[in-house]
Amino acid sequence: MKAITLHFKGNGLIACMAWAITLLILFSSSAQAEYGDVVLNNYSSDAGVRPVIFPHWFHRIRYSCKSCHSELGIVFKAGASKIDMAKIVNGEYCGACHNGVVAWSVENCDLCHSAANDMPTQVHMSTRQILLKGDAK
Amino acid sequence: MRFSLVLLFLMMLAPVSTTLAENDPNPFNRLFVPPKERIKTLKDDGVHDPQVPGLDLLQQPADAFKPLPTSSGGNYVNWVTALRTGKIKPRYSQADPKLEAMPMDMFIVMEVKGSMPNVSFPHKAHTEWLECTNCHGEIFVPKKGANRMTMAEIMLGGKCGICHGSVAFPITECRRCHSEAKQAAKTSTKPKK
Repeated sequence: MKAITLHFKGNGLIACMAWAITLLILFSSSAQAEYGDVVLNNYSSDAGVRPVIFPHWFHRIRYSCKSCHSELGIVFKAGASKIDMAKIVNGEYCGACHNGVVAWSVENCDLCHSAANDMPTQVHMSTRQILLKGDAK
Repeated sequence: MRFSLVLLFLMMLAPVSTTLAENDPNPFNRLFVPPKERIKTLKDDGVHDPQVPGLDLLQQPADAFKPLPTSSGGNYVNWVTALRTGKIKPRYSQADPKLEAMPMDMFIVMEVKGSMPNVSFPHKAHTEWLECTNCHGEIFVPKKGANRMTMAEIMLGGKCGICHGSVAFPITECRRCHSEAKQAAKTSTKPKK
């Protein structure tokens, strides 16, 4: 018995406990959707349409990170690029591919605007979202 | 003493393994969601509106991940292995289909306070997906030791946490970053004889 208690003595115990608590917090949410899905709702709900879901997993299978995050100028923060339909129609941001040539064009509204109504902007299941609950941008 | 401990341990295990009913209030790892239950269909993932017409046209993550190498967190896909083994072939440049990544094979070892091993940062795994200016600009100073950071900061989405914890493997995968053993002389607390 003594051997077991000695094994965990010292800094390791505190670190282990801290991480156990963190892990419990992280895993205690009821999130189900795919890790990394980004919900974008800068303008959608105000305009009476469903918010956008951007599936990171789908896109990273097909493009490198830098394709969008440097060539297309999309910043590393959900909602911060302030993408709107006018820009997309002009071929910026999503519009660089979603133009009916590479990927579906803008008239397929529901394929992107597919989130549950009034869902706030967030990176779904991100550590930040889980820790801060409401403020997940 | 030791024998009785082992016996006690076995006695504790037995009922768990035999009566694992769905309504068991005391399952092992109570708050953890097993990977098999994690990947739902888009219709019931809690984010998509199930009423959306055309939702069936979208690819299901479970289908996409089926041929890919697995990992223990995030999407449960080891994206770096998937890329290196050619299971996925993401286009490096949106504008130029012929452009290839130019990975830089260089490790930066960051010494860590506390009991965890040091962080060994692999430039290669990052430059296969990204280019230098994605990180070296506003996020990281390109100078060893010049980027001080804390796990709290990373958990709240700063520094490494911009991607790790939102799209790249999550911070619960401690040892994928904290992988470089500290030198014994530096960490030993035992008095020298």
